[in-house]
Amino acid sequence: MQIPYTIEERPETGLNNSKLGIWVFLASEVMLFGGLFSAYVFLRLAAPEGDFAYWGSKLNVPLATLNTLVLISSSVTVIMSWASLKLKDFEKYKLYMGLTLLCATIFLVIKYFEYTSKFHHGYYPSSSNFMAIYFTLTGLHGLHIIGGMIVMTYFWLPAGNKLWHTDPEHFTNRIEIAGLYWHFVDLVWIFLFPILYLL
Amino acid sequence: MSSDQHHHEESFIQKYIFSVDHKTIGLQYGITSLLFLLFGFGLMMVMRWQLAYPETPVPIVGWLLGETGILLPEIYNSLGAMHGTIMIFLGVVPLAVGAFGNYMVPLQIGAPDMAFPRLNAASYWSYFIGGVIMLSSFFMPEGAARSGWTSYPPLSIFESGQTIWLIGMVFLITSSLLGSMNIIVTIVQLRAPGLSWWRLPLFVWTQFVTSFLLVLAFPPLEAAAILQLMDRVAHTSFFLPSGLVYAGATVDVAGSGSPLLWQHLFWFLAHPEVYVLILPAMGIVGEVLANNTRKPLWGYSSMVYASVFLGFMSFIVWAHHMFLTGMGTAMSAFFQTTTMIISIPSVVILTSFFISLWGGRIRFNTPMLFALSFLPMFGIGGLTGLPLGIGASDIHLHDTYYVIGHFHYVVAPGTIFALFAGIYYWFPKITGRKMSEALGKLHFWPSLIFMNGIFMPMFIQGLAGVSRRMYDGGEIYAHAQDVLQWNEFMSISAFLLGAAQVPFIINILISIFNGEKADRNPWQATTIEWSAPSPPVPHLNFEGDVEVYRGPYEYSVPDAETDFLPQTEK
Repeated sequence: MQIPYTIEERPETGLNNSKLGIWVFLASEVMLFGGLFSAYVFLRLAAPEGDFAYWGSKLNVPLATLNTLVLISSSVTVIMSWASLKLKDFEKYKLYMGLTLLCATIFLVIKYFEYTSKFHHGYYPSSSNFMAIYFTLTGLHGLHIIGGMIVMTYFWLPAGNKLWHTDPEHFTNRIEIAGLYWHFVDLVWIFLFPILYLL
Repeated sequence: MSSDQHHHEESFIQKYIFSVDHKTIGLQYGITSLLFLLFGFGLMMVMRWQLAYPETPVPIVGWLLGETGILLPEIYNSLGAMHGTIMIFLGVVPLAVGAFGNYMVPLQIGAPDMAFPRLNAASYWSYFIGGVIMLSSFFMPEGAARSGWTSYPPLSIFESGQTIWLIGMVFLITSSLLGSMNIIVTIVQLRAPGLSWWRLPLFVWTQFVTSFLLVLAFPPLEAAAILQLMDRVAHTSFFLPSGLVYAGATVDVAGSGSPLLWQHLFWFLAHPEVYVLILPAMGIVGEVLANNTRKPLWGYSSMVYASVFLGFMSFIVWAHHMFLTGMGTAMSAFFQTTTMIISIPSVVILTSFFISLWGGRIRFNTPMLFALSFLPMFGIGGLTGLPLGIGASDIHLHDTYYVIGHFHYVVAPGTIFALFAGIYYWFPKITGRKMSEALGKLHFWPSLIFMNGIFMPMFIQGLAGVSRRMYDGGEIYAHAQDVLQWNEFMSISAFLLGAAQVPFIINILISIFNGEKADRNPWQATTIEWSAPSPPVPHLNFEGDVEVYRGPYEYSVPDAETDFLPQTEK
């Protein structure tokens, strides 16, 4: 059985199935993080004057800025890996995908140091509502990073990228879809960074 | 999917357990959800025994409830919470969207399968795991959740059993998300050549809108579930205000959270969820009505527009569940207005169905009887909702049995009757055999009578002010004394409704093996699924390429040789 439009585009929509699927999935992700962002707004409005700012000042802005740069770089490299496949350069793809995974790892390591330093100072999710929403939002975002890394590691390893040798177009599409997801995870961080660290 | 897949024989496990064929997955969904519906109904019958004969040992299943066999208040609360959860998240939605959506949408659009077959299987197994978790909670030391299916904090933060409920919900939400994504992509991408949007059957349209509701409304509940899980496990205080006193002591948390936040996030899902329950039912009713009146649906395009408008509006009515929370009159005024507006498309659809009957040559077979009874039953359910949508009258009716009566009229004799209609209607397509008409009527008439026997007195009790969720059914309240006698009447109706399902179960089991053989189009229907063999070809559905030449309901076309013109015929 072959499902129509798995690889080629349906003419009147200009999309293949997976691309439409990932957009619908990302719409649901927008609603997931949207729900949590509105919880943040709701709690911030209800909090005592200056409470969020006080607890927010405990966060490490330089480390988070570095993390923002790392994550933006990974968004660039994931595009480059897809572009390399479009140019039929499989070795470049492996390089750029590897760099993306490296950036993701650096992001998580920095996040780990941030978390442990909070715990070290005795700040836990139960300390205040700000800390609670901080750990919830960044934790959920971290899980999204890990999920993306699992998928991209699979495509990076020989077991996942053997499809390139039998059906390069199909494989290229998969990298594009994974990249769209990765950009979304990056975008969520772009929202998280100001509302948690800067405001 | 490799193209050579159907060349080699599939093992039993590939074919029946971890199948990626949408028909097998649809059947898995259907069987599982019907069993859950029966189980959820069983929980309710135990509760109804307590309400009719307070603190007397429950017959048959009493030994499960402890030594005395009497239903204790804690377990009563658990049964109430789990009845709601199971009926909605494990029963009706998986049957309407998981089973009918999975099985019928690809067939009705002339596709070989869903767009993502493996995702489809993942969706079913995620649902299955969620169901197992929910069921296993009854046997955990903490017991099943007992904070109502709405899980309002602060109660839900402190009551036992809630953590496992939240974990189960995460699996059920994931399953719905995967399933509805798949349905959206399937409908957009896999329509057969010639099947333009305005040639889609009403059922496909309603599944399309329903899937959008699930994709966009469920994630905020997932967010809320995460926050509640944090409150329970990491001792945060998202939903706990400062200075909260529980069990005589001030709760030791950071505070400054808000229980209202949960209600907003919860109802942002749970109001669209109402339309998730009703829209597929309307779709099925549309199919059955057109087929058995032998004429096109009246106002097909208005119904499509109404469904889409209903979908949009359902996202901005949620706070009409919260008039009594003190959120303010400005908010209430806004949500009252949107609630009145959303009743318009529902009335458009219902009116179109009624007018569709006009001048038809109606065949009163079992699916048609269920579809016809859907109309007045859903009508009662919808109209009794209006006083709840207006703040002033809601103050009196809020949290009474009137509310229970209202939404059960929508879901039980409404949606579930439509789903029964769908089962009788599509059974020949799925199995190649018809269900027995005699047993079908023996199922229909008692079900109709006893459904009303259960839910009609709830309006009487509710108008008298009897609160829902009371262990003794209101016995200790003076204002309830005049209407308490209805409790026994309702409970007996419920037990008889249970008995009325026996012919249905027998009918299914007998008809699978011994039913009258059906050809590919036993109802002389027009839509595409009837041009496939019965049952459809595994992994392919149709024998050849499907091409569509006409609209979905070309019945009784003047000068045509037959009174129906299938969509696939030139």
